[in-house]
Amino acid sequence: MTAGELTQAELGTADVPQAEAGAREVERRDQTQPAEGAARLLRGLRADGVALTLAEHVALHGALPLGGADLVEVVEASGLLGRGGAGFPLGTKLRTVRDAGSALRRPVLVVNAAESEPASRKDAVLITRAPHLVLDGAVLAAHAVGAKEAVVWLHRGRPAVLRAVEAALAERRAAGLPGPSFRVVEGPPRYVGGESTAVVAHLSGRDARPITAPPLIARKGVGGKPTLLSNAETFAHFALLVRRGTPWFRSAGTQAEPGTMLVTVVGAVAVPGVVEAPVGTALGDLVTASGGFAGTPTALLVGGYAGSWLPADRLDLAYSRAGLLPAGADPGVGMLVVLPAGACPVHETARLAAWLADERVGQCGPCLNGLPALAQASRALAYGGGDATSMSAPDQLRRWAGMVEGRGACHHPDGVVRLVRSLLLAFPGEVARHAAGRACADAQPAIVLPGRGDGSWR
Amino acid sequence: MAVTDASTSTGTAAGTRTRLVVDWVRCEGSGVCAELLPELVELDDWGFPMVKGPVPPELSRLAERARAACPSLALQVVSG
Repeated sequence: MTAGELTQAELGTADVPQAEAGAREVERRDQTQPAEGAARLLRGLRADGVALTLAEHVALHGALPLGGADLVEVVEASGLLGRGGAGFPLGTKLRTVRDAGSALRRPVLVVNAAESEPASRKDAVLITRAPHLVLDGAVLAAHAVGAKEAVVWLHRGRPAVLRAVEAALAERRAAGLPGPSFRVVEGPPRYVGGESTAVVAHLSGRDARPITAPPLIARKGVGGKPTLLSNAETFAHFALLVRRGTPWFRSAGTQAEPGTMLVTVVGAVAVPGVVEAPVGTALGDLVTASGGFAGTPTALLVGGYAGSWLPADRLDLAYSRAGLLPAGADPGVGMLVVLPAGACPVHETARLAAWLADERVGQCGPCLNGLPALAQASRALAYGGGDATSMSAPDQLRRWAGMVEGRGACHHPDGVVRLVRSLLLAFPGEVARHAAGRACADAQPAIVLPGRGDGSWR
Repeated sequence: MAVTDASTSTGTAAGTRTRLVVDWVRCEGSGVCAELLPELVELDDWGFPMVKGPVPPELSRLAERARAACPSLALQVVSG
């Protein structure tokens, strides 16, 4: 596998709300023809950035096969893991939902396309350029579990994504394609707005806040009905593996983590965008597919804003659960941020921790108190000063990380813990230097943090 | 932090282990559980309970008492 075979979709302006992360890169887009090669989901995208029509989609991928083999068994054999961050096997989820459903308790299907991870654009690229792949997967999943009702869940305030979904659904209705009855719901524009129990709470008529120890939503989700909720990209893979078969699906990626994945690559690369690559592709090949580094990188951040820091020279690491584990990192959602020259991972951690603390829901004491504490200790490390405690900032971070981890209704606090711990692990020298009072005098802020949403939970 | 938070364990692999589970949305940090059951519960820097491990049989009555005494009904004793 060489990086030249990877496929990249550049970020078109239509995909990206201007107020959000990545907006700076987007201003210098020009059009290139995506290469073929590793491309599955991104194969045959239009160079002008416009969505493939239903006819173009069918000409490219073939008609959707419904019926025939047991779809649940097909997906189980494929080994497809969810692409929303948790990496849960889709086949297991499908089977649980199907078995929990009945004629009186029809399962509900939810396509999670909120993509509330600020710099991630993989789902937006899919929805705005290959919407029928995602919708095909949703139709197949609905068929597999017996759902007649489907929801496409979006992050409010992204008109291009909303328009693309609505246009694609209108095309399918006009063509009389079979499938469940779809509705599009825009959730609150919050970081935790795509968390599965928050989505279920909202669709059941409550606020979109995560729920403590929820019943398994596969058995009891929206309105108490079995609910199949998966990430938009997962549905797109489903749509292709049913057409092409399990051996084809498994011919990319690794035995344990088969298939390709979409990775949003942003920051100090020549051409920021969304890359499709086999799971387990080296980070260096993702950078090469994005045109190479722009300047000398100072650090890598994988998996999202609440992801894992890595030293900039760890380009050998494979982007997969197994490949990142030895470095103490987690794949999260497919995202790679390259920190540019002049930026400092200690400072960026302080900025990210403050932003993530602001995005907490505030329902659970350890998170309500612990995230501001972690943000404050991160700030003390980055800029010096801090409170009057005798403990050093790194020790304080370790201590509070232990007091926050695993102690909330959702995994938001765990993400902040992961970010902070990965900084201590990946940059011990930088951390020690800052802790010794030698902070960077001229560190340039680099990671773009979105503004606050509208404050709503509906 | 050497404390194991039992609320995060799935409890499936451990068979019939009895655990204290905190509902973090309900918990208001009254600290009653730590007062009644210091063997199993200590408080974090903000007064919220950190459960140190599974409930041994000799503490099961005290665990039950702590559950019943929680003013915000946030504590559960879960078997299995």
